[in-house]
Amino acid sequence: MKYLKNVVTLQFSESKCNGCRRCIEVCPHGVFKIVGKKAAITDKDLCMECGSCQNNCEQEAIQVESGVGCAEAIIRGWLTGTEPSCGSENSSGCC
Amino acid sequence: MPDIPTTFIPLSDLTGRKDEIKPDWVTGSINSAIGPVAQISCEWDQSDKVGQIKARISNAFRMKYAIQPGLYAVGNPDEDSPVLLSANYKLSFDILRRELKTLNVWIIVLDTKGINVWCAAGKGTFGTEEIIRQINYLKLERVVKHRKVISPQLGAPGIKAHDVKKMTGFSIKYVPVFAKDIQQYLQDGLNATKEMRRISFKIIDRMILTPMEVSQVLKQSWKYGLGVLLFFGLMPTGILFKNALMDGLPFIFLLLTAVLTGAFITPVLLPWIPFRAFFRKGYLIGLLPVILVHYLSYKYGGLFNDPFLLASSYLLVPTLSSYLAFNFTGCSTYTNPAGVSKELKSAIIVYAITIIASIILLIIYKLKIWGVL
Repeated sequence: MKYLKNVVTLQFSESKCNGCRRCIEVCPHGVFKIVGKKAAITDKDLCMECGSCQNNCEQEAIQVESGVGCAEAIIRGWLTGTEPSCGSENSSGCC
Repeated sequence: MPDIPTTFIPLSDLTGRKDEIKPDWVTGSINSAIGPVAQISCEWDQSDKVGQIKARISNAFRMKYAIQPGLYAVGNPDEDSPVLLSANYKLSFDILRRELKTLNVWIIVLDTKGINVWCAAGKGTFGTEEIIRQINYLKLERVVKHRKVISPQLGAPGIKAHDVKKMTGFSIKYVPVFAKDIQQYLQDGLNATKEMRRISFKIIDRMILTPMEVSQVLKQSWKYGLGVLLFFGLMPTGILFKNALMDGLPFIFLLLTAVLTGAFITPVLLPWIPFRAFFRKGYLIGLLPVILVHYLSYKYGGLFNDPFLLASSYLLVPTLSSYLAFNFTGCSTYTNPAGVSKELKSAIIVYAITIIASIILLIIYKLKIWGVL
């Protein structure tokens, strides 16, 4: 299944990559592969912007604007002018 | 306090449970370099099974379905045994332990405030800081000789593996997405196939998520239901019970079909519904019940003969369905925030127009009923 085309904020800087394969290990959508000694992006549209790759990349070669992906949280973020987030622990909400 | 292992970390006031209560799935305790550790069962008993069902339906139950963080033992682990990480949401922990039969492993349950691994990782509570805290608190370097900790792959969004390594000396390995692959992964020397690294979103995965979606909406729906009855019952002479029921109930029924299409049918049939944007999918499917009721009214007469009421149904029902379907982006495992923001920009315009238009239509309908127009 694929979501919208050409919206993903994922950016990969090949020059910083040291080929450690962490991104391949953590990505649940197979967005990375190894080409030669470095990582490469297979299909950006598969990315769900969870931020695993960015967080686990010691070389800081990956950037992605990760965050909560449900409509209600994003609307709440717009209304309150804060980062979208799931309900706080005591409010009802999703996860 | 009878056999309570000392390595339990006192749970923050989350569950209201006291330390001295020993859960049924703790079967005993074993000795380790840091003292006695709770030994757990890999079988689910009746209460675990019931708990899973409740946790998938009731948000109130789910938010309190937590266990004590700390170190646990499966089988008879020793200083060479693998160390797995889990969240202190009981269902996360249950799904993990169910797959560990015949193994000897350690489990560190992180304090994720009772939230599952993936969501907690998104919030950062399943993450670098908590892992470092627990490794230090437990003195893990005395429990095992090796220097590896195995995290669920879906915990990765919260973890900077290299920082954990720097601060504790323990390197993080990521076990494949699904707990069922753990045994294979351990057997293969901590290697996973490509397929094991992928998350899927099959019909059964989607279906399992829908009861919560539906129950969350229904929980709030009585207020709106009352509002609808009030609207239909309101007459120049007062509130008429007959009008409230005769005209209000069919309308409420129609709105409930929107809950069905938006929070159940659209999520379940997701990949087969045209469009990629969730709000469009939900809108499209939400049109179907209105068309059906329109057709039946046309053929057999009755409910929606008033053109203004009919038109507002055509606007409101798909919109509600669309919004509920749109919220399923929060449950889906392949949507991204950038896409949801993009959808929202179009959706909000559609929603604003339909809501304003249907309010106008409903007012006209009401004025007609009152004989003003």
